[in-house]
Amino acid sequence: MLRTDKPHLTRDHLLWLLRQMVRIRRFEDKCAELYTQEKIRGFLHLYDGEEAIAVGVIPVLEERDRVVATYREHGHALVRGVPMNAVMAEMYGKVEGCSRGRGGSMHLFDRTTNFYGGNAIVGGGLPLSVGLALADHMRGEPHVTACFFGEGAVAEGEFHESLNLAALWRLPVLFVCENNLYAMGTALALSESETDIQRKAACYRISSEAVDGMDVVAVEAAARRAVAAIRGGGGPRFLECRTYRLRAHSMFDAQLYRERKEVEEWRSREPIVRFQGWLKENDIVHEADLASIEAEVAAEIAEAVAFAEAGAWERVEELTRFTYAEKPGEGAAHHAA
Amino acid sequence: MPSLGADMEAGTLVEWLVKPGDQVHRGDVVAVVETQKGAIEIEIFESGTVEEILVPLDERVPVGTPLARLRLEGEGAEPAPRPPPSSPEATAALGAAPEGGEPKPFLPLARPGPAAPAEAELRPAAERILASPAARRIASERGLDLAALTGSGPGGAVISPDLDRAPAEEPRVAGPRARPGLDLDAMRSAIAGAMARSKREIPHYYLQHTVDMATALDWLAEANAGRTPERRLLAGALFIKAVALAARRFPALNGFFGTKNFEPSRAVHVGVAIAIRGGGLAAPALHDADRLSLGELMDGMRDLVQRTRAGRMRSSEIADATITVSSLGERGVEALYGVIYPPQVAIVGFGKIVQRPWVIDGAVGPRPVVTATLGADHRVSDGHAGALFLAHIDKLLQEPERL
Amino acid sequence: MPPEPIPQTLETTYREAVREAIRDAMRRDPSVFLMGEDVGRYGGCYAVSKGLIAEFGPERIRDAPLSESGFTGAGIGAAMAGMRPIVELMTVNFSLLALDQILNTAATVRHMSGNQFGAPLVIRMATGAGRQLAAQHSHSLEGWYAHIPGIRVLAPATLEDARGMLWTALQEPDPVLIFENVMLYNMAGQLAAGAGAVDIERAAVRRQGRDLTLITYGGSLWKALDAAQALAADGIEADVIDLRTLRPLDDATIMASVRRTRRAVIVDEGWRSGSISAEIGMRIVEQAFWELDAPVGRVCSAEAPIPYARHLEMAALPQVPAIVRAAKATLGPT
Repeated sequence: MLRTDKPHLTRDHLLWLLRQMVRIRRFEDKCAELYTQEKIRGFLHLYDGEEAIAVGVIPVLEERDRVVATYREHGHALVRGVPMNAVMAEMYGKVEGCSRGRGGSMHLFDRTTNFYGGNAIVGGGLPLSVGLALADHMRGEPHVTACFFGEGAVAEGEFHESLNLAALWRLPVLFVCENNLYAMGTALALSESETDIQRKAACYRISSEAVDGMDVVAVEAAARRAVAAIRGGGGPRFLECRTYRLRAHSMFDAQLYRERKEVEEWRSREPIVRFQGWLKENDIVHEADLASIEAEVAAEIAEAVAFAEAGAWERVEELTRFTYAEKPGEGAAHHAA
Repeated sequence: MPSLGADMEAGTLVEWLVKPGDQVHRGDVVAVVETQKGAIEIEIFESGTVEEILVPLDERVPVGTPLARLRLEGEGAEPAPRPPPSSPEATAALGAAPEGGEPKPFLPLARPGPAAPAEAELRPAAERILASPAARRIASERGLDLAALTGSGPGGAVISPDLDRAPAEEPRVAGPRARPGLDLDAMRSAIAGAMARSKREIPHYYLQHTVDMATALDWLAEANAGRTPERRLLAGALFIKAVALAARRFPALNGFFGTKNFEPSRAVHVGVAIAIRGGGLAAPALHDADRLSLGELMDGMRDLVQRTRAGRMRSSEIADATITVSSLGERGVEALYGVIYPPQVAIVGFGKIVQRPWVIDGAVGPRPVVTATLGADHRVSDGHAGALFLAHIDKLLQEPERL
Repeated sequence: MPPEPIPQTLETTYREAVREAIRDAMRRDPSVFLMGEDVGRYGGCYAVSKGLIAEFGPERIRDAPLSESGFTGAGIGAAMAGMRPIVELMTVNFSLLALDQILNTAATVRHMSGNQFGAPLVIRMATGAGRQLAAQHSHSLEGWYAHIPGIRVLAPATLEDARGMLWTALQEPDPVLIFENVMLYNMAGQLAAGAGAVDIERAAVRRQGRDLTLITYGGSLWKALDAAQALAADGIEADVIDLRTLRPLDDATIMASVRRTRRAVIVDEGWRSGSISAEIGMRIVEQAFWELDAPVGRVCSAEAPIPYARHLEMAALPQVPAIVRAAKATLGPT
């Protein structure tokens, strides 16, 4: 992982960034297909168009840092290092899933990578990230907590309360607003009196920056600056990544609230095609590289699907297991039929 | 309405033996109440003047309902007329809040002991009859004994439809008044309830012992020689007296198994099992049988048998027995094994006195013998105590002159 | 003699019935307006309000930002000032962000102000599980709300109630919460063309039977009716009571049935502990104890957050076989 505040624009790194975005995109394309086949149920929120944010921010973090995400968090989990097999198994609801099949798409959790979950309550992750950072701060740990949320959450009281607390106590939180212009079906202009989101941070004396969220290099550069500042003891930072959700809010959304033309326009700026074009223009990658990335990703996805297909359903007898922590010696045996 | 048994929840007032203005004294019989066990005389436990009769004839009222108002000795006269009680609630309310100086509603309480319904309510669950609330209410309304019924509900509980399969008490309101006396169907139902409860709840153990009756019979023949036939002593009197004296010595066999545990009784009231023609059975108490002379005991037995068969037991006689003696001797069996009458903890049975070959001083000869049995509650006593108890009865019967 | 006119019925869905109720209220009373997240341009997260913005405009079909506490409180304020808002909260789980306003203001203001102010608004929200939406979208907390004095809690289970409860609720001088079970939105059936306001006081007996009483509401009504059907095949006839209103409870209807059948099983998608089912069971014990022939039974959701995996979600919820088992358990040892 990268630790300085300057992007390392090596070929390997750039290819790595591209590969991560392609991984997310193809994984989610597969999920959409599986959703139509009823392999995946519940709500399925896709990250199409926004991949550059997770891919630009998360690799800047260290292993011991913490990540709090939203219900649109497949990309964050994958980039953070949650194995694709475990994510796909979770989408299937299999016990091999990263949340034992109990959370599904909206509730990916992974303790190994300090991934504190998808959260289906808009704004719900913000106070949580403040608490994670508070714990690190009180114990003198140098960790950073990255908290992702959409611009819809900015309307919630919890957003304002959390920013205030983090700034008041100078906590190491990186607030990352993924501003995709629509809170479900409500356009930014209809949900915010001040649509320049990053300005809100100033009310709490938090340094902020807005960045093109579809430019993975720009996002990474901004994230690197922000994380360095936080590690320097400067308290929280606010990063607004301006992007666009190219797909519907969830699988079941007729998108009555926006014009198709608008979506088409944004599609032309989407992060993967743009990044690929830039890389090819600068002779950094070639078709063969792209083909090889696609092939590798396709193989990984095929394996993840096979893994999920072969997975098991959690035994019904374990339904109430882990409602509370188990005492030593307690375990699956106690829940046997 | 006094509670005369755990299974009594209501009674019908069938006879008033006092009227307003009468002086009554503690122990007087003031009324007759009909229950599923028959008509029972109601004793009064206060002395004073009857002010007002609260429950008219033929009215069926729940246990606890005041029957009459009494001015106790030393109290002033009733200051103001009371509205006539129109419902059990009204009279109960009257009884619940007696004011100073006013006549107290007369509520003849059952003797402290086994029969109070409150105690039944307090019994631990394991001892209770499993019956639904609806079944309990309806049984109470119809005067049915839940213990006599087979439950078809959850866990085998008696539920309301089971009551429709049980014999209902005759309707008391419509139709001619039932003759005071014995309702054998109701009595059978009560016996069934008590016996079923006994066998369900009481872990019985049984012992038997054969007693040489030669000495006792010789003594009886001698004692009866100077008596007129109606004053003659019977072997049954010897049995009861021997049991009474033995019971005093072995308190674990004499008393009540109450709410939670056994309460031995200092007094010995021997219940005497009396068969009633037509299928009834009662075991009224001979009070303080251990203190009665054989003559008094014999008189008491005759009176008890006569009154019982006429359906005129006293309330205290129903509830007070601390141990029961059953003798079927005249019916010709050699031994009988009784079922304890709850909440008592022991029953002693005597068979017929028969001639049997007996070894006396190394030689076999004919002797009159009787088989005495003990059925006792293993929660309270063990076989060892029971054996000593029977042996003591044997010893007492060998010295009849001391009985 | 002319023949009786054949009553006209329309094929409709629960969703359309709710929408028609909103439309009807909007037309009848200009002070009525709908406010909530994505109720306008998006058409409602469960498509209930789809098309209404075109008819009534964005002033009265008012999209609110994701500010549950804020816009619910705003609805309360508007009601206190004479409007008749219908506030839509996406799900009961999200309503917890507005719980402060609902409990601390809407439910209390009349009493706390000495009857000077009231908050006559209607708050609608989706409730219930069954769509694999996992533990932050699937709970049934209407019983919780029924704990709160000062509000009324309705749970329409039928097309008639979906159509008819809203208007009656809007006539109430106090706040009314309406819980729409997510599994009912697609339910289709015939509804009288002239269907309109219905009472919100009484429970309804949806099926008559002599042997036991199934007491339920909302989405569980249909499971209870299926269970009653299965029981009938075994010769067991169940009364099925649709509570319709969870606060105040219609004790009279419940007790009348229980006094007759002597057995009650409550089916409640809420968790068992401290639930509306517990309240109903206790009321039966208080008011009809001496009529009972069996312990009161309950079929509730498992005491765990609702999981995503379908088989676990199904296992967590009251289902027909469990209702049948609970019903039979009240009938005897077998």
